[in-house]
Amino acid sequence: MKEPEVTLELAMEHGLNEEEYNRILKILDRTPSFTELGIFSVMWSEHCSYKNSIALLKTLPREGGKLLVGAGEENAGLVDIGDNLAVAFKIESHNHPSAVEPYQGAATGVGGIMRDIFTMGARPIASLNSLRFGSIEDARTRYLFAGVVKGIGDYGNCFGVPTVAGEVYFDESYQGNPLVNAMAVGIVKKKQYASAIAKGEGNPVMIVGSSTGRDGIHGATFASEELSEKSEAKRPSVQVGDPFTEKLLLEASLEIIKNGWLIGIQDMGAAGISCSTTEMSKKGKSGMKINLDKVPLREDGMSAYEIMLSESQERMLCVVKNGYEDRVKKVFEKWDLHCEIIGEVTKDGMLEVEYEGETKAVLPPFDLVLGGGAPVYTREQKEPSYLKETRVFDFSSLSKPENIQEVFVKVFSSPNIVSKKWVYEQYDSMVRTNTIVGPGCDAAVIYIKGTNKALAMKTDCNARYVYLNPKEGTKIAVAEAARNIVCSGGIPLAITNCLNFGNPYKPDVYWQFTKAIEGMGEACRFFETPVTGGNVSFYNESPDTAVYPTPTIGMVGLIEDLKNITTSYFKNEGDLIYLLGEDKEELGGSEYLKVIHKKVAGDSPQINLPVEKLLHDSLLSLIKDDLIKSAHDVSEGGIACCLAECCIINEEKMLGAEVKIHIITRTDFSLFSESQSRIVVSVSTNNKEYFESKLKEFNQSFTYLGKVGGESFKINDEIDLELNKISDLYYNTIPDIMNSEK
Amino acid sequence: MDSFGERSEMRKPKFGVVVFPGSNCDHDAFYALHKVLEFDVNFLWHKDTDLKESDVIILPGGFSYGDYLRTGAIARFSPIMNSVIDFANKGGYVLGICNGFQILLEAGLLPGALLQNISLKFICKDVYLSVENYESNFTKGIKDKIVLNLPIAHGDGNFFADENTLKELEDNNQIILRYSSKSGNVSNEFNPNGSLKNIAGIINKNGNVLGMMPHPERSCNRILAKTDGSLIFNALVNNIYN
Repeated sequence: MKEPEVTLELAMEHGLNEEEYNRILKILDRTPSFTELGIFSVMWSEHCSYKNSIALLKTLPREGGKLLVGAGEENAGLVDIGDNLAVAFKIESHNHPSAVEPYQGAATGVGGIMRDIFTMGARPIASLNSLRFGSIEDARTRYLFAGVVKGIGDYGNCFGVPTVAGEVYFDESYQGNPLVNAMAVGIVKKKQYASAIAKGEGNPVMIVGSSTGRDGIHGATFASEELSEKSEAKRPSVQVGDPFTEKLLLEASLEIIKNGWLIGIQDMGAAGISCSTTEMSKKGKSGMKINLDKVPLREDGMSAYEIMLSESQERMLCVVKNGYEDRVKKVFEKWDLHCEIIGEVTKDGMLEVEYEGETKAVLPPFDLVLGGGAPVYTREQKEPSYLKETRVFDFSSLSKPENIQEVFVKVFSSPNIVSKKWVYEQYDSMVRTNTIVGPGCDAAVIYIKGTNKALAMKTDCNARYVYLNPKEGTKIAVAEAARNIVCSGGIPLAITNCLNFGNPYKPDVYWQFTKAIEGMGEACRFFETPVTGGNVSFYNESPDTAVYPTPTIGMVGLIEDLKNITTSYFKNEGDLIYLLGEDKEELGGSEYLKVIHKKVAGDSPQINLPVEKLLHDSLLSLIKDDLIKSAHDVSEGGIACCLAECCIINEEKMLGAEVKIHIITRTDFSLFSESQSRIVVSVSTNNKEYFESKLKEFNQSFTYLGKVGGESFKINDEIDLELNKISDLYYNTIPDIMNSEK
Repeated sequence: MDSFGERSEMRKPKFGVVVFPGSNCDHDAFYALHKVLEFDVNFLWHKDTDLKESDVIILPGGFSYGDYLRTGAIARFSPIMNSVIDFANKGGYVLGICNGFQILLEAGLLPGALLQNISLKFICKDVYLSVENYESNFTKGIKDKIVLNLPIAHGDGNFFADENTLKELEDNNQIILRYSSKSGNVSNEFNPNGSLKNIAGIINKNGNVLGMMPHPERSCNRILAKTDGSLIFNALVNNIYN
């Protein structure tokens, strides 16, 4: 097959600009072949090269603490958790595929992130996700929402990894461009983890797993442009997942890694064979010669270009120790998977691709990849003009509601606040029998078999805060994730991030991005939770507007003793309810402001990191002393919604509460304020004095609120609702909307 | 003892847990039976035919062969299943859990069919189950408890059988478990998947093959605060060896 002639126009059609095309000409000192152009275009796409983000990402704390493998070094970060074990975890976006094909888009998002974990030699133990959609009142949103949830469920359920936590938000800003972020967590013996490296001249290179087809060609490029009406036509760029094959690939991969027959292994996600061959070669300062005739294909007549760019799922590239090929093949045969030698490691430092008797590409891997010769840009930035308006919002102009109880009912039944049981009951949250605390609480808690420890994990980001104040909002995202871990009895270890933003070539978007990274760096340094890696997703824009800047934080914490595990719901009648932390009547970006007054305005709440850290240390100390019966952080919907949740999160044993909340200026403000660094705890009456003396000793501010008990939920003289009523709102709002025929 | 039930100390029975490609509760069953309940357990590979002298065969949950074609339809033809069918026909004890139940139906070891859940959605949650027959070797001796609390996690758990089959199941006391309320009330309100007559688990006429949608292996470990599943395993072991 004759390849088209490569010109600047063709390069631009591939998403490269003139500067980048000239750079290619200079690197090669000749015009690239069509196949070579294809490889450059995907490797230098935003998705693979991080060209507009890497300079800023490097300012994040990426080492220290218990980090064994830092960000960007391997497929995922690795953190020491003692007992000779390490935890590998990472979050990744699959936004654009999910916008045009929600089911497969979300499913392959899960598949991709799982492969990142088990290519490290780690067995995946948990899956989380962070989802954002437009208004749930919109029929297309409901179609996307239902499809994404089913896609995540079907993939994870079949693959056999429990989906244990996450978040779902609805906001008009995501109307044309939903966000689907998937996170995976795995466990590996400390010295047994695998590397994504190719080295040792003559070592065979193998492709294993599924056959290669035309699906997903240019998926990485598709992810690196704005969505438009034409995006529907790019549905073929969406890959198709097969969790059954991935399950076999998991077992086979772990078996060969454990046996020590490998030099390196990398999964094939974005940019398929192009990415895995070049990245592995670059890491090992090696070259690679491969013959595409050996690649098992699922379609006839595929060109070298197509094979190199295919994003067919459930494939891996392995570099095997010379002499161990047959043993590796035997394992893959046992699991009924393809395993073919397609080439070998060379020492000339070039990637050479042959197909049908011709040399199709000869490229220097170094120049193709992130951290090598891929372009690095810093974009122009400018503070967005909307901030001038939102910042000066006058809260005293808000009308005072007459009936607080009615307001509470409305805020508490917001789809952003109510239970996401409709979602998580579609996920197998218990397979692998490690799930001690599943979805529905502050963070999930996963037992580590053979130890007395568990991992706590959570994703968090309130994007409205980030929109109103990118730096402060991102600090809050980190702080809230840590707070959730602490409420579960865990010590925050490290984070992974999924940075969902608009088009970085727009100065206001780049400003948001810059500020968010500043905030994240500051908070992560403060909490000593380094960034283990993650993913940047730009171009999240629909024809109308960019999404809210959404830097999702995935955090993992360690529960050093199972007795420290704490849950968010009230336990016994008569227990005392306290608030740790203080209210400052902050309504900016609050759920109350949005639901009742239809506004997203003001500044985000402020966060004082030392105050937050003191809160974490105080609570963990009280938990260790066995003084805390329940702990739940105050977030969207303020203290009123937080307390209501404490009453009904345990459906098996709902408990009422009667509390008095101190009103600073207005009841609506104090009840729905989203001031940070606050946690509601319950304590046995026997421990009252000891508990209070401890808090005074720590210098931790606290307020007594009231008592657990009765059949109703009562705040001051304003709210008095039966538990059945609030649980109906909490558990039936989303099912009712999803089952309606609107 | 506590809720684990009493344990015969006479002899350690051997369990065999079949591993199909796509099984994903195989390790959970192994862990529950071996590490928690301390029985001898072997994995049995689907391409083999040797049952390794197992006394009880477990067909675990998961998505054998990706559940392609129809749940359990391909697994039923794997080499190990010929041995399992022989074993069952000779009176050997077989427990099919979730996907294992689906395979037992496809293999003709149990009657009826499991259709897609009536909600058309996968469902994972804890349910209550009324024990309908205390005479079977899988349930005899479960004292104190009339209602078990076990998790379900399936997309195709909607049990169906024609009228004659249902009548036969009822007449022969083959229905072991039904979805119920916490107090054992069997009604539509507590039916998670549309199963005919809330049926969650049945045995064959000879009483040696049990298929159930709920997962007893997920409910054996005190660390997870769930132990009702161990009642079934311990009952079976005690009844076989006493």
